[in-house]
Amino acid sequence: MTADSPALIPALTAEVRAVAHPDRTGDDPCACDSSPLADRPDATVVRHADTVAKAHAPGTDRAELARRLAVAARLPDVLLPPLSPAPAPVLGRLVTFWPYGAPVDPDDRDAAPWEDTAALLARLHRTPAPAGLPPMRGPAKAARAVARLCSALRAEPHPAAGPVLAAWAALPAWARAEVPMPGPPALCHGDLHLGQLVRHPAPDGPWRLIDVDDLGTGVPAWDLARPAAWYACGLLPPDEWTRFLGTYQRAGGPAVPVKDDPWAALDVPARALTVQTAALAVAKALAAGRPLDEVEQAVVDACARMAPISHELAPEVRD
Amino acid sequence: MHCPKCHAPMHTYNRNGVQIEQCSGCRGIFLDYGELEALTQLEAQWSKPAPPAPQAYPAAPAPAWGAPHGGHHGGHGHYDHHGHHGHHKSWAHMLFSS
Repeated sequence: MTADSPALIPALTAEVRAVAHPDRTGDDPCACDSSPLADRPDATVVRHADTVAKAHAPGTDRAELARRLAVAARLPDVLLPPLSPAPAPVLGRLVTFWPYGAPVDPDDRDAAPWEDTAALLARLHRTPAPAGLPPMRGPAKAARAVARLCSALRAEPHPAAGPVLAAWAALPAWARAEVPMPGPPALCHGDLHLGQLVRHPAPDGPWRLIDVDDLGTGVPAWDLARPAAWYACGLLPPDEWTRFLGTYQRAGGPAVPVKDDPWAALDVPARALTVQTAALAVAKALAAGRPLDEVEQAVVDACARMAPISHELAPEVRD
Repeated sequence: MHCPKCHAPMHTYNRNGVQIEQCSGCRGIFLDYGELEALTQLEAQWSKPAPPAPQAYPAAPAPAWGAPHGGHHGGHGHYDHHGHHGHHKSWAHMLFSS
């Protein structure tokens, strides 16, 4: 439960029940189950029957969220469409309503829909962005993760902080959200990971992307960069990465060239997402007073390897 | 890993899919088993169009800062998570959250 809003889940539950059963009154309660799907500082999500209510992060801009919702409503073949076009205020938070979709099973290694994810991203990136859509928030999220690490480090140092902050400092300014993103802007999701896909209608409808909070215009390679970073850090096997990347290229996705080295486009975003993941891992380990686990250490190790690469293999290599 | 000659740390680079360790001190280079042959093959292909490789080597290009994937250094990568539960939990968390 988020300590700052203990009343939020009951309020959201009442709202989502009313949206799920518009004809029922308070005197005639239904027998359906309500369950919180997520309760984090940046989002609280409650499901009731086939309907889901999401309370967006405190401070979310209403007009920007409405523009992002409109994109989802307009692209139902790519994004899960919202049930209502405008966010509703509930206890000072903006709330949106969605149909329930079945998520990827995190315990089933073969369940990750790499091909579907790649095809959805290619379709999203090829769609012209509507005028007035704000920038995709990937770099801003990375900057926030690093800020969170820095704030945790003020209380206690950590040996992994050096390589993570050095890798961050070596990134170009646009990847640190200090200047606008370069290149022709594409319509991007902004926070792609395996928790951002659902089958709708559940349980075996087509896969759709969810979570429009970071959606916007920007560098489309950012959406490929989490899988790229997992692959680079040794968390994703080469064949799964190849299936994902190959499907994206065959589907005409504009983020990477079809024939030339995709890492020319992927390198900076994949470095940034590796730093973001490492920064959050170290901050969480510090907060919990525990050591990094093996997977978190692999991501920190990747940050440490980034530093010597800028001058690459010297041309005058000798034995 | 450390350089056998001067004991400085070695950094891994990927050149055309071949993992190369180079010493940050003496700049010496260490090749794993089979990598010299892989380099020789690449050199031989330099002047003629590459025929489809009978066995893809490597599976996919990776950035120079990437972790060595399966087959190199006797490692199996962190995705080989059929081991203990805690590892899988952390792995899944990383792929499923912002």
